[in-house]
Amino acid sequence: MIRLKVNGRERSFSGDPDMPLLWYLRDTAGLTGTKFGCGMALCGACTVHKDGKPVRSCSVSMQAAAGSEITTIEGIAALHPVQKAWIAARVPQCGYCQTGQIMQAIALLQTNKHPTDAEIDQAMSGNICRCGTYQRIRAAIHQAAKEMA
Amino acid sequence: MNRIQNVSRRGFLQGALASGVFVLGVRLGARRAWAAETAAPLIDPNLWLSIAADGTVTITAHRSEMGCGSRTALPLVVAEELDADWSRVKLEQAIGDQRYGDQDTDGSHSVAGSFDDMRLVGGMARAMLISAAAAQWQVPASQCSTQPHVVLHAASGRKLGFGELAAAAAKLPVPAREQIKLKPRSSWRYIGSEKNTLYDVPDIVTGKAVFGMDATLPGMVYASIEHPPVLGQAVKSLDNKSALAVHGVRRTVVLDPLTPPHGFQPLGGVAVIADNTWSAFKGRQRLKVEWTASPHSAYNSAQYRKALQSSSRNPGKVARNVGDVDAEFAKGGKLIEAEYYTPHLAHASMEPPVAVADYRNGKVVAWAPTQNPQAAQATIAAALKMNKEDVTCHVTLLGGAFGRKSMPDHVAEAAVLSKQLGKPVKVVWSREDDIRFDYYHSVAALYMKAAVGADGKPTAWLQRSAFPPIASTFDAAARYGDDEMAMGWNDLPYDIAHHRAENSPADHHVRIGWLRSVSNIYHAFAVQSFVDELAAVAGKDPVAYQLELLGADRIVKLDGSDADPLYPIDTGRMRHVMQLVAEKSGWANRAKVKGRGMGFAVHRSFRTYVATVVEVEVDAQGKVHIPNVWSALDAGTIVSPDNVRNQFQGAAVMGTSLALYGDITATDGVIDQSNFHNYPVARMNQAPRNTQVYIVDSSAPPAGVGEPGLPPFAPALCNAVFAATGRRVRELPLAKTKLV
Ligand code: FES
Ligand code: FES
Repeated sequence: MIRLKVNGRERSFSGDPDMPLLWYLRDTAGLTGTKFGCGMALCGACTVHKDGKPVRSCSVSMQAAAGSEITTIEGIAALHPVQKAWIAARVPQCGYCQTGQIMQAIALLQTNKHPTDAEIDQAMSGNICRCGTYQRIRAAIHQAAKEMA
Repeated sequence: MNRIQNVSRRGFLQGALASGVFVLGVRLGARRAWAAETAAPLIDPNLWLSIAADGTVTITAHRSEMGCGSRTALPLVVAEELDADWSRVKLEQAIGDQRYGDQDTDGSHSVAGSFDDMRLVGGMARAMLISAAAAQWQVPASQCSTQPHVVLHAASGRKLGFGELAAAAAKLPVPAREQIKLKPRSSWRYIGSEKNTLYDVPDIVTGKAVFGMDATLPGMVYASIEHPPVLGQAVKSLDNKSALAVHGVRRTVVLDPLTPPHGFQPLGGVAVIADNTWSAFKGRQRLKVEWTASPHSAYNSAQYRKALQSSSRNPGKVARNVGDVDAEFAKGGKLIEAEYYTPHLAHASMEPPVAVADYRNGKVVAWAPTQNPQAAQATIAAALKMNKEDVTCHVTLLGGAFGRKSMPDHVAEAAVLSKQLGKPVKVVWSREDDIRFDYYHSVAALYMKAAVGADGKPTAWLQRSAFPPIASTFDAAARYGDDEMAMGWNDLPYDIAHHRAENSPADHHVRIGWLRSVSNIYHAFAVQSFVDELAAVAGKDPVAYQLELLGADRIVKLDGSDADPLYPIDTGRMRHVMQLVAEKSGWANRAKVKGRGMGFAVHRSFRTYVATVVEVEVDAQGKVHIPNVWSALDAGTIVSPDNVRNQFQGAAVMGTSLALYGDITATDGVIDQSNFHNYPVARMNQAPRNTQVYIVDSSAPPAGVGEPGLPPFAPALCNAVFAATGRRVRELPLAKTKLV
């Protein structure tokens, strides 16, 4: 039996310990805000926080998630300044990548209160947006940093 | 909630049919065939909106939302003419239903095709609300007017809210379209407003938005399908023992192979059915399948390229002819030739294909991220030999699509499996499935030849293309482009006395489909690279040279069947976007230093004129950086300007992906790429840093905005690389050309 905390709630899991956290969150816990994009830690659509750090949930097995505290987009108290900045900058197109982008951006701003463009690029380049909203994402992160200061 | 009820629908319907929307010019690809089967929409407010007693207006969005904004834009147009307060509007996504007319959200024609109809729908409902108020006040309707969400009688100062009037309005007949007085442009509050935002953004940023990947049904099982690696193969033998041993796997199902032409049919293969997505994926990896032979097993990209290029060098079918190029070439003088080559591309929308379907009592209900729910209905009906009317297709949000999700093979897979299993099924494609079993953008070879006079201007211009056509998806023997010709090939806008555009035959070995801006990608790449080459030979500034070739402002003459009467090719509008982008980018004063350069391209597609300047820096390793992009566009009337800018910024990123990286190849019929490590797309640190978009203020009919930003990007980028390095890029992706 694997135990973990998701968005502050204790959960247990008795299925295949190889199952990636992503599929546990989506199919078992019903938390579908975390998206599947590649399954290979290449796109960032599945980004969640594990013990406060951003991880690709498609590449963290339930075994490896045991005992950890997971935060998904549903566990972010809405509206977070990053979400507000996303709305103000009218970032999303299709929106599919955006929860992963937002989780990555929140994690960035937790460790770096005022990231430069280069630091944003560095932190966000694991998150693909096929619709191509990068310019607005960068602007929204700067805006959120200002709000949070 | 009161639907506004209509008692005389019949007379009204006839009116709608008489002026069907499909006279609206270019229908693209097999879209033309599809549109012919699609009825005109029913222009009746009862179908499109409802008003609750509390004033909440619910408007039906009949187009799919894949990130281009159609779902928001058309209801905004309804709200405008209804004079509704947008903050009190809710959207309801339409199921597939022919009463909405064409619902195929592609070809950048959602707003262009439905703008007038949506205005009428809103205007009719507003007239009914006014009539209801006038009756209650016993005053002539002509003395009443509206303010947002309110009808008022100015003389007496009386007011009634839309919600208060809904029940009475619902009992009134729908007025004839001739009686509807639409708002003048000057009174628009929403159409063209900088404040417009996409309806779904709040749900998107909180993770509440429901995409196809998020659809679930009680009792649902999950399926992952091992498709035949080569098009046309079928299962020869299957060993599913170790797959069945995987925790959570329930069974496997062998699917019927397709019969050519493949159309939107499921590909066949072996489905692994499981309790969750992961178990289905894992079980699939343990399948041992042997496949039958397929003639497409001989498809090898390197070899195919030679055949394609050789076809493109030979005379083909004439798509457009002006004057006599052969006679002009025969005169001798300076002849310039160039060949261009672009590979297959995959869509790679962030959400891979996925669908949920439930077959029950002879009927199917499906939930899918589809661009075309009516095609999904038809495809499911054909696969299960049932009536289309017995198939309901709900449309979720689409996690990107770019044309892929106008082809509903994945939706039919879910329905077929649900019938076989007797329970709801969710079919989930992995990224590998998405890249390896796409409806690919065509590989293309293009051959260009011009005779140039003493002034450096072409006196004759010949262009030939060869590519496996989209028609091959619907007719296995098709070898020539059809509607592709109208996508940047038969409409060269230059004032050249002798011009011929041709298309040469090519075989298909994979499924070919529509990808954002379709054949405009390779056509614009060839034309806009070649004209840049001619400018260089002439020693002229590329923008000035193109302005010269464009000649006097005029309407470009096309053959009757290709002409688009509502949207003629207007070189004045083209000139304007060229001059605008040159001015905004500081083209005239651009720095001319080694390793840094600006490139220009202009292209009209989906009735929209776009000129783009790309600035590049090529570093000592030959790596290309893109600090700036400027795009100027004239898309006629615009509903949501900020969304248009977002579309064009996104097009610059997708343009970067296809110019720098995109390359799908096959070995023995099997696609070589599988995920983002070997089919890379632009990331934040590789994308243009800053894309500025300039929209021409225009009252012309609305044109497309989702696709037209893409075609000029790659040639502008490659022309910039030439300016920076002196290296001419004649093949995409650019990585194939050594820059240092
Ligand atoms: S799905 Fe996890 S990184 Fe792409
Ligand atoms: S908004 Fe569509 S993938 Fe990012």
